[in-house]
Amino acid sequence: MTDTLIINFSIIMLLLPAFGFGILIVFGKKYPKLHWLEIGILSIGLILAIVVLITKLTTYLHDDIAFNFVWINFSNISLLDSFKIRLGVKIDNITAIMLFVVNLISFLVHVYSLEYMKGDPRFNRYYAFLGVFTFSMIGIVISDNLLMIYIFWELVGLSSYLLIGFWYEKKSASDAGKKAFLTNRIGDIGMLVGILILFTTYNTFSFDSIFHQISLGKLPFDSTAWLTVTGILIFLGAVGKSAQFPLHVWLPDAMEGPTPVSALIHSATMVAAGVYLSLRIFVMLTADAMLVVAIVGAVTSFLAATIALTQNDIKRVLAYSTVSQLGYMIMSVGIGAYAFAFFHLVTHAFFKSNLFLGSGSVIHSMHHEQDMRQMGGLRKKMPVTYAAFIVSSLAISGIPLTSGFLSKDGILAGSLAFGHLTGHWLMPTLGFLVALMTAFYMFRLIIMTFHGKPRNIEKYEHAHETPFVMTMPLVVLSLLSIFFWYTLNPVAPEDGWFLHDWVKTPAQVTPIETRFDFMVNKPAQETSVIAEGTHGTAEVSSITNSEEYEHALHWAHIPSLILSLTLGGLGILLAYLIYQWKYIDPDKMADKLRPLYLFSLNKWYIDEFYHATFIGGTIGLSKLLSLFDKYVVDGLVNGTAFFARLTANISEIFDRYIVDGMVNGTAFMSGLFGLSLRKLQTGKVQTYIVFVVFSILILLLLFKPF
Amino acid sequence: MEHISLQHFLVVSSILFSLGIYAVVTRKNAILVLMGIELILNAANINFVAFSRYGNFGLSGEITALFVIILAAAEAAIALAIVLNIYKTFSNVNVDEINKLKE
Amino acid sequence: MNLYDLIFYLFALLTIVSGFFVVSSKNIVHSAFNLIFTFFGVTGLYVLLGADFLAIVQIMVYIGGILVLLLFGVMLTHKATNVEIKSGSIKVIPAVIGVGIFAAVLISIMLSSHWKDIPGSIPSTTIYGLGKLLVTDYVLIFELLAILLLVAMIGAASIARREKE
Repeated sequence: MTDTLIINFSIIMLLLPAFGFGILIVFGKKYPKLHWLEIGILSIGLILAIVVLITKLTTYLHDDIAFNFVWINFSNISLLDSFKIRLGVKIDNITAIMLFVVNLISFLVHVYSLEYMKGDPRFNRYYAFLGVFTFSMIGIVISDNLLMIYIFWELVGLSSYLLIGFWYEKKSASDAGKKAFLTNRIGDIGMLVGILILFTTYNTFSFDSIFHQISLGKLPFDSTAWLTVTGILIFLGAVGKSAQFPLHVWLPDAMEGPTPVSALIHSATMVAAGVYLSLRIFVMLTADAMLVVAIVGAVTSFLAATIALTQNDIKRVLAYSTVSQLGYMIMSVGIGAYAFAFFHLVTHAFFKSNLFLGSGSVIHSMHHEQDMRQMGGLRKKMPVTYAAFIVSSLAISGIPLTSGFLSKDGILAGSLAFGHLTGHWLMPTLGFLVALMTAFYMFRLIIMTFHGKPRNIEKYEHAHETPFVMTMPLVVLSLLSIFFWYTLNPVAPEDGWFLHDWVKTPAQVTPIETRFDFMVNKPAQETSVIAEGTHGTAEVSSITNSEEYEHALHWAHIPSLILSLTLGGLGILLAYLIYQWKYIDPDKMADKLRPLYLFSLNKWYIDEFYHATFIGGTIGLSKLLSLFDKYVVDGLVNGTAFFARLTANISEIFDRYIVDGMVNGTAFMSGLFGLSLRKLQTGKVQTYIVFVVFSILILLLLFKPF
Repeated sequence: MEHISLQHFLVVSSILFSLGIYAVVTRKNAILVLMGIELILNAANINFVAFSRYGNFGLSGEITALFVIILAAAEAAIALAIVLNIYKTFSNVNVDEINKLKE
Repeated sequence: MNLYDLIFYLFALLTIVSGFFVVSSKNIVHSAFNLIFTFFGVTGLYVLLGADFLAIVQIMVYIGGILVLLLFGVMLTHKATNVEIKSGSIKVIPAVIGVGIFAAVLISIMLSSHWKDIPGSIPSTTIYGLGKLLVTDYVLIFELLAILLLVAMIGAASIARREKE
């Protein structure tokens, strides 16, 4: 009984924002107060999400609630052989938590935007777009099959495009929207191909059904290599959406959108959709695919962190830090730390949207100034924003007592254990370096913005603390960045309810030989050899990780704790040394390390590289082809033309006298006929009718049946 | 004289049809042209009903005739509107004087 | 020659004679009034063919609707001051010859063709059958015609509307 209620709640939650979008887009211009409808809808959604979360985590803690129906039935078409497309909803623990996160942040952003977007001429359209975003994000979260995910995936991409380019009068904004859309499309093509491979193999889009069939040993094209390829292809969708290297270039540009949108979409929820998808397909990733995922995540995380060190735009620092943190999550999926990846996704959603809303608050009070070199000393003017920033920055730097510490430390420990077990030391190395850099650039941001003396007195004078609707979300999100929501023990997240009870790493379904050794339970493998043929390998997959892995994780815990704390502290200390106490002059240091500094400031020249290779390559190729056309093809054509002209001269003589004579004769005859027929064109309708009647008469006489 | 058969009706409809054609071709006034068209449609309708009755087609002929009547009503309304417009433009409705189609 | 035949000839004559007056009368109003008798004659033929519903529709739509519309057209397109209700014909002689040939060919075809002649039983009323067909087999056409009528109505109103100066 309750489970149907939960399904109904989630479907209502899904459809209400879409309804709000429809109303707002149609009537928004006429009724300027209509945006309250969207806020009302979101508060209903939030209440429903809380109900779903609590019910799921108490009554149905270990059971998934699923519901699906036949959407399109092709069974009456003989060629398609009883082919049905099913749509469905599946609520498991991570879905319930994600629903709460999405609804909460969306609600807070809606409230926040009341003030931030005040006076915008397209105020209601903004809320309509937020509505369609919420709709599609909830759609991704609750769907139980790849087709629905893909549909909502594209809808999310669309709403992101609409909101990045919301101020489309600015060329940079509309360009950024296009860039985001196109870059995402590259990833989505891979995802679509992956989905289609799965569909041709398993004849279904449903996750559960696909995973079940994989666990029974059915593979795409009967090869484990194809399973790896499929996993990577679907992961490509996540690479695009979560802004992973090499498709990360759109996210920093996406900061052209309104800041609340950056908080909602480009830091907390939409970009998390990629991680969510990776978690969904986690169980079908082979060891090779996971290694690819882990490397992509680690490289992205490192690359983004190095870029964030030197950026001066407050939103760009946060954007690169988002890319970096998303890289952490993706890496965490790749090294098998499923639960920590999701944990970090949730904690990051809270503290990163907090940081963005905080920066929005700063930007708002500084009259849309985003350059940190123009800020400074805002601590006294904006105490609430400052406090929120401090809490979130501590969380993202992984300082104890915050939520970020719990999740980040888990990922780092997981990477250390992974390195220990497989010999891939790249992930832990990059992971810890990133931890150092994260702490540094976050505190660089805080010191440049809030400490010291104001650099731009005029703007400083005008700055003021933002009103309640803008500070309230900051307070709520700051509270959610504290550890006690997730566990009682601030240093050991494994014992808390979040990881101990709610989110558990599911068992792989891939064939045993394609998994990492540590993901196979040794004694279970032996039984599987005995059971081969009768039960298949399905039995084994109910046991997750081996004892070995648990030991390694346990071993890695203390060193990673010490190491990450040291590095985090070091980062903060460095930031204070350089920017607060000015022991080291940042400009001099930049001069000394000029190549490195420029490399970072210019974002590793990746945009330039793309411009030179892909865009320039296309242009160059077309130039090459045009040269080929000019000399080779044209030469041929000209040669032919010469001969043609020669022949033409000869034939001209023939033409002039013989052919022309005939043609002129014909023309003369036609003219003669035309002159006489022309009289028939009187322009009078009745004459035409007479012709029709006569034609009928002639036809009757020609085909007379008598 | 033999008994009334299908041919009798067809002959009546043929004559009516020809009269309609005559009106459409010769009359100057656009409204009279319209009347001719109505005659043609009626002739066709007689054929439909007669075939339906004598050809043992059930009621399909009558249904078609019904649809023709509906079409005739729509056509008459539109045609008269056009005639009124022509009258406004040329201040007469003589179709032989209106030869704009030539240009 | 029984009563049925007599009635047939009566109505056929009525149709053709009044039809002739429609096309030959100089006065448009006379033409219109003769058109009433033509329609009435056709109605009679429908009744003889067992199409009772169609006959009623013919009277209501043609005589009650279309004819009144035509008369309105006559009134609206002739100035009330100089009553020029008369309307001439053009090229009468060649038209008569042409249409005469056409009619002769048509009639000879009608008479010489081998028609399938299987008279079914005349139902006592066709309304029930027609109604049923309209909402079953022909429902799509029925709906389309409804839309067509609506469109025609709007179209006629929009064409005939006076332009605002």
